[in-house]
Amino acid sequence: MKFDTPAGRNPIDQGKVIGKPTDRIDGPLKVTGTAPYAFEQNAVAPGHAYGVIVGSSVAKGRITRIDSADAERLPGVIAVVTYENAGKLGKAKAHTATMLAGPDVEHYDQAVAIVVAETFEQARDAAKRVRVDYDRAKGRYDLAAAQADAPIAKGDKMKTARGDFAAAFKAAPVTLDATYTTPDQSHTMMEPHATIAAWNGDALTLWTSNQMIAWAVRDMSETLLIPKEKIRVVSPYVGGGFGGKLWVRSDAVMAALAARAAKRPVKVALARPQVMNNTTHRPATIQRIRLGAEKNGKITAIAHQTWSGDLPGGGPETAANQTQLLYAGAHRLTETHLAVLDLPEANAMRAPGEAPGMMALEVAMDEMAEKLGMDPVRFRVINDTMVDPEQPERKFSDRNLVRCLEEGARRFGWERRNATPGQVREGRWLVGMGMAAAFRNNMNMKSAARVGVDRKGVVTVATDMTDIGTGSYTIIAQTAAEMLGVPLDKVVVLLGDSRFPVSAGSGGQWGGNSSTAGVYAACMDLRRRIAQKLGFNSDDVTFADGKVTSGNRSVDLAKAAGDEGISGEDAMEYGSLEKDYAQATFGAHFVEVGVDAHTGEIRVRRMSGVYDAGRILNPKSARSQVIGGMTMGIGAALMEDAVVDQRFGYFVNHDLAEYHVPVHLDVPHQEVVFLDTLDDKTSPMKAKGVGELGLCGAGAAVANAVYNACGVRIRDYPLTLDKVLKGLATA
Amino acid sequence: MKAFTYERATSPAAAAAAAAKPGAKFIAGGTNLLDLMKLQVETPTHLVDVNRLGLDTIEASGDGGLRIGALVRNTALAADPRVRRDYGVLSRALLSGASGQLRNKATTAGNLLQRTRCPYFYDTNQPCNKRKPGSGCAAIGGYSRALAVIGTSADCIATHPSDMAVAMRALDATVETVDASGKSRAIPIADFHRLPGNTPWIETALQPGEMITSVTLPRPVGGTHIYRKVRDRASYAFATISVAAVLRPDQGTPRFAFGGLAHKPWRVEAAETQRDAKGIAAAALAGATPTAQNAYKIPLVERTLASVLAEGAAA
Amino acid sequence: MNDTHGFTLTRRGALVGGAAAASAGALPAEAQTLTKESPTPTVPVAFTVNGKRRELDLDPRVTLLDALREHLHLIGSKKGCDHGQCGACTVMVDGKRINSCLTLAVMHDGDAITTIEGLGTPDKLHPMQAAFVRHDGYQCGYCTPGQIMASVAMLQEIKDGVPSYVSADLTAKPRVDGQEVRERMSGNICRCAAYSNIVAAIGDVAGEDLA
Repeated sequence: MKFDTPAGRNPIDQGKVIGKPTDRIDGPLKVTGTAPYAFEQNAVAPGHAYGVIVGSSVAKGRITRIDSADAERLPGVIAVVTYENAGKLGKAKAHTATMLAGPDVEHYDQAVAIVVAETFEQARDAAKRVRVDYDRAKGRYDLAAAQADAPIAKGDKMKTARGDFAAAFKAAPVTLDATYTTPDQSHTMMEPHATIAAWNGDALTLWTSNQMIAWAVRDMSETLLIPKEKIRVVSPYVGGGFGGKLWVRSDAVMAALAARAAKRPVKVALARPQVMNNTTHRPATIQRIRLGAEKNGKITAIAHQTWSGDLPGGGPETAANQTQLLYAGAHRLTETHLAVLDLPEANAMRAPGEAPGMMALEVAMDEMAEKLGMDPVRFRVINDTMVDPEQPERKFSDRNLVRCLEEGARRFGWERRNATPGQVREGRWLVGMGMAAAFRNNMNMKSAARVGVDRKGVVTVATDMTDIGTGSYTIIAQTAAEMLGVPLDKVVVLLGDSRFPVSAGSGGQWGGNSSTAGVYAACMDLRRRIAQKLGFNSDDVTFADGKVTSGNRSVDLAKAAGDEGISGEDAMEYGSLEKDYAQATFGAHFVEVGVDAHTGEIRVRRMSGVYDAGRILNPKSARSQVIGGMTMGIGAALMEDAVVDQRFGYFVNHDLAEYHVPVHLDVPHQEVVFLDTLDDKTSPMKAKGVGELGLCGAGAAVANAVYNACGVRIRDYPLTLDKVLKGLATA
Repeated sequence: MKAFTYERATSPAAAAAAAAKPGAKFIAGGTNLLDLMKLQVETPTHLVDVNRLGLDTIEASGDGGLRIGALVRNTALAADPRVRRDYGVLSRALLSGASGQLRNKATTAGNLLQRTRCPYFYDTNQPCNKRKPGSGCAAIGGYSRALAVIGTSADCIATHPSDMAVAMRALDATVETVDASGKSRAIPIADFHRLPGNTPWIETALQPGEMITSVTLPRPVGGTHIYRKVRDRASYAFATISVAAVLRPDQGTPRFAFGGLAHKPWRVEAAETQRDAKGIAAAALAGATPTAQNAYKIPLVERTLASVLAEGAAA
Repeated sequence: MNDTHGFTLTRRGALVGGAAAASAGALPAEAQTLTKESPTPTVPVAFTVNGKRRELDLDPRVTLLDALREHLHLIGSKKGCDHGQCGACTVMVDGKRINSCLTLAVMHDGDAITTIEGLGTPDKLHPMQAAFVRHDGYQCGYCTPGQIMASVAMLQEIKDGVPSYVSADLTAKPRVDGQEVRERMSGNICRCAAYSNIVAAIGDVAGEDLA
């Protein structure tokens, strides 16, 4: 199907199953530990061996010698694979760094070898015995040092302008010119990257942990130089991804090479201390924001310039994205610069662009509101826009930011906030409130599915869509149940297998809307086929209560399927609505923090928000997506910092003890409210993404609350206590 | 993890004898040792499992104090009614450390013997004089935000990560040991941990094979007990700094010991006669040599002390 | 190569520039040399897992976690970090929660081990498992078995009177409240951050509103 005109009324609008808070259908497997993740697919790979990856100990240089003799002498060791014996490899276009180094090393902990042994313990020990000598080369690891010479990045919208920013900024009676920094961050999903690889002749099967099955097949094909048809990728359960598993990483490539060398299946998981330097991360940013406004608070000039770094050939963190769309203002400028750095590959992490961009923009808005003497909620309300401010002829498909702001403020008790910082004290705690808008683009991706009904009336959906914790299993089941008029427990959902039709996959918060739209398309095809089979006029057929009805004729769905069953398959493709209309998701975050007046420790006391993402397919799992984002925002604001050792070019604090993400005690009860809206320009589901929205702006709301609590404005994330103390000392 | 042989010890002296052999190590809770063995920071060739030696009771000592068996788990020690009543600073320090799971496994002796969390010590690709004598100290001039500010050397700026040991230092605990010959000795906690000097790999006064059998606490000193652990993450994080305080003890001056500052629990008795946080901090930190990244710890000590004194005054 | 630049390290901390080669995975020269002829000696161990007696002959390096996952194929206990930094591997040994990644299997001879598989099955969920489903106390599910094992053991710890760092009065019997539960559950990291929902699930089982 092609979605090229706004959706009219359709079976999804019945809302019998869709839109209801629904327990996850995969829940019982997850809570009993019986859902098999990649490394746990023991049944499919009998006789497997274990592989352990050896990473480079230098960030940049050249391998001069590899000596694996000591490793190979160890009991149980089957093979050691390095660039010297791996055979010819390609480099996937999607990869910035290669998955196996040699002779050149591009970043620290880049894979240089894999050791295969009978047991994990043997392989892990042997991996330590592979001796690799390097000529260490000088690398570039310091973004600040590289900033001045960093050009505008290549690509769409890396420089945008409208009007005359410079003149308008100069003329504005109230201005702000501030620079913010965000650090490198790590996805730190709980399941480290893991793969089981098995060859059958020249055909490869990977049971792996991956967000984008078709990309995985493509990238493995380009790396191993074998046809895509010879590769099967299976990933039914993914222990978190956040963008870190959008592309296959060294675990998959090295497992495949290891299995080929060992002539048997091989299991590989990255050790936790490897994950941060071996895989990808969100790059650090430097962001300069300038705002000019009339005294009445109307923004007249807005500029956002951002700098980040990546390996040669990589891409930027597009942190100015939201500034192109979020607020009005006639004179505008954005620039996205990219420096070359020799750190591990920078790439997408949850809400790439907006996540760090909103951390800067929404603090700048708070600072500007203060300069204007205006309430921060009000300041945002009066600068709302219903059109793309860079292309005013382009409207938003649906935009309810003001409702989110006002409803959120009311529910949170924003009117109780004292606008003067540092005035509220409870015991040793300085207490403050902060808010920020939430904004994240909405994207739709082509997505296909196959749907069948068997003679018992059981509906089976198959698509290569993944569920990375997002709730895909359940919303897909809800979609099929709604479309075919059956209860949820009559639907079986099969995901994450390259044998299934190619879906949108999980990324960029496009998965929910796009994959269910694909299932919608497949269900429409199936409905047509069933109607045809029954000789019904497909225009007036209804599917409800397990029956197919047309006029006064009604047939059980099971009976309609017959002994042989019946299936349909289709994809949802998109026309130009995404170009014709700006599509985005919105919200408003509200946070109360305490800052210890003595120690500068920050604790979040309350956190809530109101969000608008079109139809909420499953409010229960959507809430989870949003609180997950909000909490990642707490982490980004207060603790997450992948520290670069500028001498050696690597992330020093590369484990979960030293790279801090929030724990239970950091997170209060969170209130999430969704607006009851539909966006008919996004898909027949009338839904938009929600998986990243909760993160975008959350960190800024925390930072703004910290300022309100203690009067210390910190523009360098994370807001650790040493930075608070520095401010308290001078406050 | 390198291959090792494994034995279950049957008596403290036998364990000490077995562990005196080159390459041998005791294993009790294992929560730090196995962590380091997986990274080959620790590479014992023989492990002596002491978990079945008893040594897991808390008993009254002769002089009105408590004798804590070396294998008493951190949870059990923190939850002991006598410890909660008479040595609150110790209970609170234990509970501030690690997680419920780790405290259920970690032992009293093992907690004292924890090794530093310096990230360069943990990464075998990097130089570290503690891990590989003579290789250099990557922390100096590197990422040192969490590291030591006092008692450092040109060879090492690591901190001791324990919370429990900081409270024990404030309480003047004594570490009791036995060696392979069955000879026992008592080491005041003040002398148990060492500063790095030019031998940062030697961290305690223990001799090879010498095994901790118990830790004794002197008779209760009374007063108000406070343990304040300062950290960015609210829980499950090592201290940036910590303060173990016994305020208004039945006799003598208040006591203050500090974590997160040095290669050992840091206490300067002479500082305890000072009247206010500023004075105590200045005396306790005299001669401090912070890095640019951890200089914040100097004012933080004074500020935290002020908070602790205020809390104590209100108690 | 003229442009090759490296570091040599003086013993006394400072870094000095200069051409040098670095070694990775370099082991101390004294590393013992094992040969194929001297495989790691195994150690017999017997314990019960979820009430069932299990006898294994293990390389002593095998952690309890890997014994469960790789030898007994009980995959519910997860490996998130393998270093006691996340809690995904939480199991109960003789009723107490521990990180199974930081203990050797051979140290558990005679012990009674309970894993998530011993708590309930998809058809017959333990009340805590059911509450996690009801409250969506998970997302990706990878930390979930550890969260659930920790939750069950944690409530028992409160019942047993074990205090926590946030207990206002160390000598009083601890209560089930929001801060107590959050502090005691902080050894279980959930990057998807279902925390708010997990606490609600625990409150449901404990009969308390923990918001």
